[in-house]
Amino acid sequence: MTTEFTPFAALLGGSLIGVATVALMAVHGRIAGITGIVGGLLAAPTSADWAWRAAFVAGMIASPLALALMTGQMPAISVPVHPVLLAVGGFLVGIGASLGTGCTSGHGVCGISRLSARSIVATLTFMATGLVTVFVVRHVFGG
Amino acid sequence: MSKLLSAFAIGLVFGLGITIAGMSNPAKVLNFFDIAGTWDPSLAFVMGGALLVTAIGYQFVFKMDHPLLASGFSLPTRTDLDVRLMGGSAVFGIGWGLSGFCPGGLVPALGLGRIEPVVAATALIAGMIAVRVVTNGADRKFAASNR
Repeated sequence: MTTEFTPFAALLGGSLIGVATVALMAVHGRIAGITGIVGGLLAAPTSADWAWRAAFVAGMIASPLALALMTGQMPAISVPVHPVLLAVGGFLVGIGASLGTGCTSGHGVCGISRLSARSIVATLTFMATGLVTVFVVRHVFGG
Repeated sequence: MSKLLSAFAIGLVFGLGITIAGMSNPAKVLNFFDIAGTWDPSLAFVMGGALLVTAIGYQFVFKMDHPLLASGFSLPTRTDLDVRLMGGSAVFGIGWGLSGFCPGGLVPALGLGRIEPVVAATALIAGMIAVRVVTNGADRKFAASNR
């Protein structure tokens, strides 16, 4: 299944991600790493950081609705993945991002922007295994 | 209260960026990885835009004495490259390549009112809890053997 090449939307979206990432550091002094923020919510709600993390995640979840109010239609996505692979993949993402202490946002954006060696290695690693995984699923097993 | 409102607003902007960029759309994410097939390079522009704005913005932010609503910056201090970092990142990439959802793409997708993101998010949380259970046990055992 093909998707349209959308460089301008991608640049706009990426820039907004950057603006929010900079704002979270300027206002709260925090890394905008979604693995860390969501992982922190698994702690007891009494912890000092629980409330801002919950508010941040709530804002993220509200974003498609906000976009729908601006554009008049809900953003469309397509999930060309078998439900079993979706669950297995999600489970591996949870394990891997926890063990690797970050994901695309924490390592890929925040860490690389700070020239962290750990984040550069992590990002190269998960990009590489992502590429290999999609190649194997689509071209070795034939999707 | 201003802490919660600002966190919500920043999360909203982050989510808008993710959604507009297409990071919440597994079809698009998987096509970014599918160089040998239906390749869609859009997500390279997402990373490029995010990195450019963040790298420049952080330079100004780190000149501040402290964040507006906090006493200091909370930054990772580790610099060692260990097996857990690389192994974990490798497993994350495999899961991302299977599902098409990274954590940052998945959270805004939960607001679309579809079932697939709920399935992936439930599994993701289970994976996070599994790591906490196993590593807590291992760390306790390690602490006990070093007493």
